[in-house]
Parts: sequence; structure tokens; C-alpha cells
Amino acid sequence: MAISYKTEPKETEAGAAAENTATVVRPDPVKRTGAQIVWEVLTQEGIDTVFGYPGGAILPVYDAMLDYKIRHVLVRHEQGASHMADGYARATGKVGVAIATSGPGATNLVTGIATAMLDSSPVVFITGQVPSALLGKDAFQETDIVGITMPITKHNYLVTRAQDIAKTIREAFYVARSGRPGPVLVDITKDAQQATIDYVPDYSPVTLPGYRPRLETPQREYAMAAELIKSAKRPVVLAGRGIIQSGAEHELRTYIEKTQTPAALTLHGLGCLPSQHPLNLGMMGMHGEAWVNTAIQEADLLLAFGMRFDDRVTGNLATYARDAKKIHIEIDPAEVHKNVRADVALIGDLREVLQRLLPVVGGKGHADWVDHINSLRGDSAVRDIKNLPDHGKLFAAHVIHDLHRITKGRAVVVTDVGQHQMWEAQYYHHDTSRSLITSGGLGTMGFALPAAIGARFGRPEAEIWVVAGDGGFQMTACELATCAQEGIKVNIAIINNGYLGMVRQWQEFFYKRRYAATPITSPDFVKLAEAHGLTGLRVEKRGELEGVVERARNTPGTVIIDFRVEQEDAVYPMVPAGADLQDMIRRPQAAPSPLAETGADE
Amino acid sequence: MSSPTNLAVQHTFTAYLEDRPGALSRVSALFLRRNYNIISLTVGRSGTPGVSRLTVVVEADAAQARLVEANLYKLVNVLRVEDVTYSPTISRELMFVKLRGPAHARDALELLCAAAQARIVDETPGATIVEVVGTQRDNELLIDKLGPFGVMEIVRTGVAAIKRGSQVLDPQPHFINATVPTSGEAA
Ligand SMILES: Cc1ncc(C[n+]2csc(CCOP(=O)(O)OP(=O)(O)O)c2C)c(N)n1
Ligand SMILES: [Mg+2]
Repeated sequence: MAISYKTEPKETEAGAAAENTATVVRPDPVKRTGAQIVWEVLTQEGIDTVFGYPGGAILPVYDAMLDYKIRHVLVRHEQGASHMADGYARATGKVGVAIATSGPGATNLVTGIATAMLDSSPVVFITGQVPSALLGKDAFQETDIVGITMPITKHNYLVTRAQDIAKTIREAFYVARSGRPGPVLVDITKDAQQATIDYVPDYSPVTLPGYRPRLETPQREYAMAAELIKSAKRPVVLAGRGIIQSGAEHELRTYIEKTQTPAALTLHGLGCLPSQHPLNLGMMGMHGEAWVNTAIQEADLLLAFGMRFDDRVTGNLATYARDAKKIHIEIDPAEVHKNVRADVALIGDLREVLQRLLPVVGGKGHADWVDHINSLRGDSAVRDIKNLPDHGKLFAAHVIHDLHRITKGRAVVVTDVGQHQMWEAQYYHHDTSRSLITSGGLGTMGFALPAAIGARFGRPEAEIWVVAGDGGFQMTACELATCAQEGIKVNIAIINNGYLGMVRQWQEFFYKRRYAATPITSPDFVKLAEAHGLTGLRVEKRGELEGVVERARNTPGTVIIDFRVEQEDAVYPMVPAGADLQDMIRRPQAAPSPLAETGADE
Repeated sequence: MSSPTNLAVQHTFTAYLEDRPGALSRVSALFLRRNYNIISLTVGRSGTPGVSRLTVVVEADAAQARLVEANLYKLVNVLRVEDVTYSPTISRELMFVKLRGPAHARDALELLCAAAQARIVDETPGATIVEVVGTQRDNELLIDKLGPFGVMEIVRTGVAAIKRGSQVLDPQPHFINATVPTSGEAA
């Protein structure tokens, strides 16, 4: 039997248009340049901050900017602008905006665009392009950025006429934020920015004939799902970022409580359910908890809520949850059956789907199953290390654990990519949505600092911590100057292990400890901060940690703390890439590490 | 393991695409990015101004075919997609075959052409050009048969497809009823 979905029947477009012209009084046109229209539309879209870097092909837009209220943050590298806009979007749920010039300005955005694409982050990128008469002539600073970014944007546009700018940018915002969100790029030729036209702002809803973001699943599929749920004895909910994107936290909680189903979280799902909730198992996947992965492998029903069965989550697909039926709730039909075959697919906005599903599920719960998982948890890794004796050494886990304690778990943590990212996920217990911002899909080193700057502008009230490795931090460390120029405060914890640690760990496990190109030196991060007019602090022993963290929190402006941690520590447990999920590498019990996992640590 | 739907077969999709710069690149880029095995892609104007009609032939099993459909729908410029593989459909491609010199066995060639509903459309001292409209399979058979006449060049357009019967594919439907398979169907 086929599963079907359909778009919402919408009123005829002719009807809607007729209604618009009848009721909306059109204001008189005003003379505006294309460049001014860019800012008019950004203002109309409610944008308060944009991140960018000027250059020849975008100069008209920059010139016009001075007459508008939107704050522009000057970055040090366009990659920074792309991650800032992305961080802003992830922290707020609103659309982020980044601006760059043609050629090298545009290509410098590429890593950030791909990062936003892989994590479904709504960002609008605006780039300048050479004048339309020069297109295709290899003019100075001409690159085909629309061609380059076609596979890494949700959609993109080349605009060559001033009269198309407003319509296109409005469409870009609509496409970026609706359905499964994603990045949209608008490339505007310089002559289009310069031309003056009669401009009338348009407030009517955007409709695109081929774009139908609101999909709906027929009732019969819900009945099939309810049937599977009813007969399941060992169900597990797999909670992903879709919960946060659709604002379905309440529905998730209601579902698991009503059906007494335990929930495992993806990296991007962390925060969507309080970490201490009795039915919250914790993180799944490559560096997830052993009991979580075991529970998934033993389950007879998996309920995937807004997650896409990434290979970092499933391990070997051939042996993944073989006994389990799968119900996949997804907004993007192209995700269903992509990696894991679903038995029932409920296509649509997760929150709406759960609201429809909730009335038809219930039951007595699965006490035996939950007890069983808890017993797995009991004799397995215990991550609560608060009672560990101080061995005089500083472990990254200490840092994250203590940061969690000192910030009372209320900070927004923006991580880079590597071991520190996984330790953060394991030891900083997130209780609220959008409190963890991390590059999961693309795994982009250099993401953390700029993304945190973006989050800073989106969430002025929040305490923001960067958790970065010594390697990745150096990739975008130039944005410290942006922090200084903008006078903003982010706290930066550099987990300094002297290695490209995650790669070193793979070399340790899978390449006979041949550390090719992973030992890395760093500048003196304290002096680096000071050179930017910022504050730099250092922690070498656990005993110093609390005082220094408190000092950082109470110091105005951006502060770097250089945490000199154990150099050759590894992230445990670990499912090697492509291995069966239950075959985890566990922390060696005889290891001299004070983090040896025993049930007694509790 | 292998059931019929698990086998990769040629799937034919027809689609409507907004006629805009770059729109066709998006379609072809999709097949590259998703690692789909594309056999042919043809495009031309449709009956609706500003809308192109595509026929795409892809080698895929049932599950992949549904993903092709779903991914095509994700393209903002794609208006409508239909997998017509299992519907009664007429699929044809135009082919030209250039043969060496004036046909030495002119009668035999004419007989062959008549049987294949092909036509001789050009004759010069150096070459004879045969034109035919047929299924891909028919055209391949004809190429084999034309071998003895000295084939110099072959031009094939790739297939265009239309469903039989009175049903038409509406480029601007109010809703679509696209499908994804259950594991029961695909496994
Ligand atoms: C831009 C980029 N280049 C390379 C990699 C591959 N990579 C993944 S983790 C890692 C090491 C990160 O080292 P560091 O920033 O010091 O963090 P650690 O693992 O030591 O905590 C590397 C090189 C990547 N993810 N991103
Ligand atoms: Mg490191």
C-alpha cells in the first residue's frame, strides 16, 4: 500500500488576488533605488540586525544602508557573516541575514551556506553581482554564485532588474522560513541596485505555484500509526531538531507521558525535553549513551519525530533496529525512506501531526520496558561526575560539567566541532530548546565564535558561552575583533588539548596512534584576547575553574578562558563509523583516568 | 532478498517546470547530487506559456523512484511530477541516422524503413539520412538493422512521454497526491 500526502487545498489564486485588489488600498508609488528597496524589504520583514562585509558590487546597498535603522555588524571574514546569520536564526527561530560582495565575498560565504543547509537553518544571503551587461564576461570579481550554491541552498535567485528585487527578497524569506527551513541566496547585479524605479511596497502573502510547504497526511495513515503504537511493547521516541523547529516541545512531552514511551534525543534534539525528565534517555548515536543505543536496538517500535536517521545516529543501516517497526514523522517527504524504511510516514508539520495523533493514542504504558532500560543505565556509563575526587588534572568533562553547574544549566552554549562538542553534549545537560547551537550535519570547524556572535544579537538577555577546540577556534578567531568593535559580550571556553583532538582520537583507535598532522600549536590565547582589547584568562587546575569562570561572567565584554586540559583524552563511548550501533567502544575500565565509568560515581 | 520492486528498472517521470533561467540546471544538478542514474532528460515548451514539460528516465528501484519524485517536488520551480512507469503511456524519441554514401541497396533500405515506419529525409552524394520516431527499444533495433548500410552518425533526442486516455497532467493542481512507498511495498 502506498502512503500518500497532499498539499492543503488552497483557495484559487485568482480568487485570492481579486480579494486583495478589492480591499487593499495601494499607496502611491515612491521613487526608490534597487539598493533602497533591499532595505525597505528587510525592514518590512522585521529584520533588526544583518551581518556582512562590503565590496564593489554591493556598494550601492551599503550606501543606502545609512538611511535605514537596521544594525549592520561588520565581520572580519564573510564566513563569519554566514555563521553569525545562522547562529542568529538558530537562537531565535527567525530568519538570519548575511550580506557580501561578488566574487571572493560570495565564495567566502559558501561554507556557511552549506552549514545552514545541512542543519535546515533559515538564512537569507544577499550578494552583489557584477553589472548585468558584464555577466558571463569574466568581469572583475565575477563568479557564478547562483551556480555554485545551487546544491547547497534551498533555492536561489539572480536578480538583474530593480523592479524584481522586492518580490524576490520577499520570496526568499518565505522559502527560507516555511516548510523545512533552509538557506536562500539572492544575487543582485550592481545595475539593479543602482536603478531607480517607482516602488510600491507589497504586503500580500507570497504564493509560489510550485512551492507547497504545507503538506498533509490523510487520516488513514494516522489510523495505521495508532495501530502500530497500540501493539508495541518496546517503543522508543527518537526526538530530533524538528521538535524545536516546529515548536512541538509540549506535544512531545504530552505524547511520551500519555503513552509512557521513553525518548532518545539526537544531538540537535538536545534541549527539546528537560534532561532530567524520567522518560528522557539522553543522546543517541556515535557518542550517545550505551543504554540509549541498546534500547534502540532492542526496540520493537521507533517513532522518529523530526529527525532524519543521519549515519552518525544509525551506525550500520543493515543492522539498525532490525526488530522495530518505524513511524516517521517528517515535514520533508524526501527524507522518508532515504536511509531507513518507514512502515508509516506522517508527512507534515510535526506539531500539527502530533496534535492529530495525540487523541488516538494512549494505553497502560510500558513499565517493564522502561525498567529494563533503566537497568541498562544503572550498570553502564554514569556521567554524573560531581563527586569525583580532584586528581589535580583538568579534564574537558570537568570543564563542561562545572560550566553547567555554575551557569545553572541556563546558558546558551554554542559549540565548535570535535571532541569538546561531544563532551558538551554529554555533560552540559540542556533543558530548553535553542540552548545548544552546534553544527551537526556539516560539522563545520570555526562555526562556534561567529555563531555565538549571531546568537548574541538575537538573544540580548541570554548568557552565551562558546565551547571551542584550540584547532577550530583558530579558524575564525578573527571575529574576536568583531566582538571588540561591536562591544558585545560572549564568554569563550577554549578546550585546549594541543591536538585536533577528534581526529587524533580516530588515529588512536583506527590508525595505530600515528598522529599525522594532529598535534597543533596555538597562539597564547590570553594575549590574543588582550591584543583585541578583550579579557583573557587561563585555567590549568580544576581548583581554579570556578573562580575564573565567575570572573569571566562578571567581566564586561568578551572573555576568553584558555582551559589547558588533558591532551590525550578520548570521547567515550563511541560507535566507529559504519559499525553496528550496539558495538560501542567503551572507556577502558583499567584506564588511569579518573573518569572511569562505574555505577559508584553516582 | 530480491523482489521485483527491489530491482532497478527504468522509471519514466513527466513533469512541469517553470521556464526560468537556471530551472533546468536545478533538475540536472539534483540527479548529480543525489547520485541518481539518469538515462535521459528531455525538455520543451508545454501548452502553458512560461511552463516547460520534461520527461526524465531514471534507473531506480521503487523506493528510489519515490525519492526522485519527492526531491523533484522540493525544487521550487517544479510545478508537477508524475511517475508514469506503470501507467499506460506512449513514450517516443526522435532519431536521425546518417548512412554512408547513396544507399547501395536502396530497395533494401526502403523496405527496412517502411517496416520501421522510418523515412529517408535527405540524400546527398556523401550520405543518406533516415528519420524515425519510436520507442527507445525500437530505435535500438533499427540501429542494428541499419548497420550493414554503414552508419556514420546517430542523433537521438531521448524520450518524451504522455499518458494514454483522457487524463491530462495539470501544471497547476490545487493539490498533489504524491506517494512514498511503505516498506511492505519496497522491501
Ligand atoms: C572545516 C573543517 N575541517 C576539518 C574538519 C575535520 N575535523 C573534525 S574534528 C577535528 C579536530 C578539531 O580539533 P579541535 O578544534 O582542537 O577540537 P578537539 O577535537 O580537540 O576538541 C577536525 C580537524 C572539520 N570538521 N571541519
Ligand atoms: Mg583540540
